[in-house]
Amino acid sequence: MMDQRTESCDIIIRMTVRIMMPFIQLFGLYVIVHGHYSPGGGFQGGVILGAAYIMLSIAFGLKDSTRYLSEKANAVMGSIGPMIFVGVAIVCALVGGLFLDYSALDKIIPLGPIEWRSMGIFLVEVGVGLAVMNIMLSLYWDLASNGEMEEGL
Amino acid sequence: MDAFMTEVVAKYNYWIYVILMMIGFYAMIGKRNLVKKLLGLNIFQTAIILLFISAGVKRGGGIPIVDKHAALEHGVHAAQTVNPLPHVLMLTAIVVSVSVTGVALAVLLRIWREYGTLEEDEILEKLSQ
Amino acid sequence: MKKLALLATIVTGALLIYGVQDFAPWGDPDAPASRHLSPHYIEKAVEETHVPNLVTAVLGDYRGYDTMFETVVIFCAGMAVVSVLRRPKS
Repeated sequence: MMDQRTESCDIIIRMTVRIMMPFIQLFGLYVIVHGHYSPGGGFQGGVILGAAYIMLSIAFGLKDSTRYLSEKANAVMGSIGPMIFVGVAIVCALVGGLFLDYSALDKIIPLGPIEWRSMGIFLVEVGVGLAVMNIMLSLYWDLASNGEMEEGL
Repeated sequence: MDAFMTEVVAKYNYWIYVILMMIGFYAMIGKRNLVKKLLGLNIFQTAIILLFISAGVKRGGGIPIVDKHAALEHGVHAAQTVNPLPHVLMLTAIVVSVSVTGVALAVLLRIWREYGTLEEDEILEKLSQ
Repeated sequence: MKKLALLATIVTGALLIYGVQDFAPWGDPDAPASRHLSPHYIEKAVEETHVPNLVTAVLGDYRGYDTMFETVVIFCAGMAVVSVLRRPKS
């Protein structure tokens, strides 16, 4: 099943990656959601999440790593990211505010206009994080395997 | 001489960025290998990013993250915090530079697939055949 | 050719170092870059958006349009890489 010679690394590396993976992803999520209060945000957290998957595909081989996140799911998630951003902006315009004026969302869920500006930034950062994560991963996949998705670095 | 030294102390950072930019610019126009040109582009972008970041520095200013409750009660004084605007612009510039590098590497890989070389003159030779 | 490139680089560098004379000193709080718009962001951002991280506030709210099209730029880059490189298994 797994071609030991070319595809995957040593068992120590694979085990370490297996243990590290959830912590790195948790840290990426923390960087995204804590971007209001500390250095961080969608771009940085997205890159950390993408790096976690890149690490997985280096250690386990590119083909096996697509079992955890298939190419199709990657493309769909990468498109959902910008759609969240543009969707939030358009919903703001539809409920009567200006384009990207998050305080207009107060008319849907009454949290107060200023709180909604904070919440709107959070929604937008989630979209940015999704987009960045999946685009970084697909850049790595295509550049490392020369577009064939057969074997990576 | 004294005036010159004050000038050096006040602006040496910009001179370093100019030198970094010169390295990148020379790599972009002087080298024949396309990967070296791409590396030059990245060095150039680093110089621009550093220039913008250092334009936002204020002596004695803190990081642009403030205490929410203190800021709501007493307000923030502009001199206490470095300028956040260059940071924002360069955050987006870094991501754009990653995208540019990715697309450029993809095109280079395609050129390699097509011509088997990344040297500019060899590609031109093969094109003229 | 290489000499020409070196000459162009040195001329550009000399012009830029000449231009640096007009820059504000490093760390000057009264530099033109810190006087025009950023005091408004620093002083009003927490009050107007309740986000203590000023960079996030400016990135997501005041300059959301910039960030939106920047996301579109990365998306386009990803699509470009996939369409340039991806090929089916032969």
